Amino acid sequence: MPQAAITVEGISKRFRLFHERPTSVKERLLRLRGSRAEDFWALRDVAFEVPEGNTWGLVGANGSGKTTLLKIIGGILRPTEGRVVTQGRIAALLELGAGFHPELTGRENVYLNASILGLSRHETDLYFDEIVAFAELEEFIDSQVKYYSSGMFVRLGFAVAVHVDPSILLIDEVLAVGDEAFQRKCLRRIREIQAEGRTIVFVTHAIQQVQAICDGAVMLDHGQIRAMGDVADVIKEYRLVMLRRHIGFARRDLTRAAEIAGVELLDGEGAVSSVVPPGGELTVQVDVRANRPVDDPVISMVIYDGDGQFVFRTGTAEMRLGRLEGKLRVGFEMSSLPLADGRYSLTVGIHDRSERVVHDWHDQRYVFDVAGGLMEETQIFIPVETRVERL
Amino acid sequence: MHDVLVRTNEPPRLRLFQRLGELWQSREILANLASKELRVKYKSSALGVAWSMLNPLLYLVVFYVVFTYFIPARTPSFPVYLLSGLLPWTLFSTGMAGATTSIVGGANLVAKVAFPHEMLPLASIRAQLVNFFFQFLVLVAFLVIFGYPLIHRGVLLLPLALGVLLLFTAALGFAAAAWNVRYRDTGHLVELALLAWFWSTPIVYPTSFVSERLGETGFNLYLLNPMANIVMGFQRAIYGGVSDRTLAQLPAPGLTWYGLRLIALGLVSTALLYVTWRLFFRRSGDFAEEL
Repeated sequence: MPQAAITVEGISKRFRLFHERPTSVKERLLRLRGSRAEDFWALRDVAFEVPEGNTWGLVGANGSGKTTLLKIIGGILRPTEGRVVTQGRIAALLELGAGFHPELTGRENVYLNASILGLSRHETDLYFDEIVAFAELEEFIDSQVKYYSSGMFVRLGFAVAVHVDPSILLIDEVLAVGDEAFQRKCLRRIREIQAEGRTIVFVTHAIQQVQAICDGAVMLDHGQIRAMGDVADVIKEYRLVMLRRHIGFARRDLTRAAEIAGVELLDGEGAVSSVVPPGGELTVQVDVRANRPVDDPVISMVIYDGDGQFVFRTGTAEMRLGRLEGKLRVGFEMSSLPLADGRYSLTVGIHDRSERVVHDWHDQRYVFDVAGGLMEETQIFIPVETRVERL
Repeated sequence: MHDVLVRTNEPPRLRLFQRLGELWQSREILANLASKELRVKYKSSALGVAWSMLNPLLYLVVFYVVFTYFIPARTPSFPVYLLSGLLPWTLFSTGMAGATTSIVGGANLVAKVAFPHEMLPLASIRAQLVNFFFQFLVLVAFLVIFGYPLIHRGVLLLPLALGVLLLFTAALGFAAAAWNVRYRDTGHLVELALLAWFWSTPIVYPTSFVSERLGETGFNLYLLNPMANIVMGFQRAIYGGVSDRTLAQLPAPGLTWYGLRLIALGLVSTALLYVTWRLFFRRSGDFAEEL
């Protein structure tokens, strides 16, 4: 077991949101009574360890405290409680090109930025050509940065940052910059840094990046650790929380009191089919089996598009099924499917009315294609009858 | 070898020698930030750094013409007197102004990158030091052109006076920089204070004015102004060597009087620097949050 490069022990961070706090000496003198403050806990009792040489991903919804945590590890913010122990030189990339000055040339900014990130002049001399080549800015390196496009700006920022020689690298959602080719290059460079045995912690929304390069992960939810450790587990939890924005029954604990026995997709003729024309007919037939009597279950069906984006949900909530014993067949008949061409997936679940008690659910397990429409780029299908009258 | 860092909720405490070591390690940041400040200032100007020399040059010409031909000054070689006090004052006041806004002005760095925050006010002062050297060249050129003596024993005071000036500026600069993060109008206050301070310092008038009008006790009180002592040190070093007549304008002929004052002030400034640095360092843990 390698030693920990980063040990986070019971970190909490409170931000005080001041109301009417004097921001000038004048106000301070004029107003003697104290200011009112509202506390906001951005982090609550967060603890984990990152072993040396590991790469950990930090995931969570916006505002869950990821960046705050990264800033505390990087020594930019002070924790309100707890402590952080780090071993080795840290470079924190919270923003690419932080400190770039628009009036200076690319070359001058590289030297300035590199020294602030901890690289000596001599080291910068050594890496300079490599940095410029990485940023693909050979022609523009002696132009003022204010003439750079935003893409050029972040490329240069990233290039400097990854050539700094830290033993711990903290990265905040900066891998999402640039075009696809540049992103691939960034990931390649990250892999090199990993291979050199450095420790990396990075914040991302792109789950597949965590899957691709991380040894471990932490998921934050409203400032608390929701899941941590094994990447697959954390990703599963993260997905559930993300799904729960639209479907409350996306939960891990199942009662199994009732189960989904089978799901069939049927076309207008009642034949099993997974390809539907736009405006066509589709019936989702769900067979449910109660293992023991269940009171007032709700059977829900959710449609996602090919990118996993939520499209539509429906269910039996309005129907009040009453007490369920034995088997049940539910058919969701969609007589005219207003979906554009593409692949769609279905989630099916059995749960109670509050969606807190979940008996069984299948996450995006059933797939169908809408095909035969004319245009690729349409979002939905609107059945139109075109009538022309000669007057 | 690993540098282990432990961070807790305690505000950072200044461990002087450890911190000096850290600052020494990242000394290149200082040079780079200072040169950034200068480059940015002169980037899009045709004259570049010559601008900083133009200012004292203009002063010299105007004052030479005005006080030689129109209003003959009581003070002999007045332009030299003026510049030998004005240049260190300019270093002090511009250094202070720069240091005061340095942390707030460097907000995007402070909030995004971990680096020694001391570098920001120090870089502002260092940039002004570079300007000072260029302006000093103008003064030296003036002395040479008018055949005034350049090298004499008084010059020995120069490095001492400059050193004390830098210590004093840094001490006040740290305090003002930290304060300005919390109270954003600190800059205006500093500006006002500098204006009052300027007229409390013998730059445009000779010290003999003060002793004549305030008497001995008043003059001793007047000499409690640190900047007066620093400026007088510069005046003794440069203006005092011009002729016997100029030397007679200064409060004391010997070097010891100035030297002892500067040494005492140097010690006080060092103590003050330690205090304000501690304050700055303690506050620096929260800069990122307050910006």
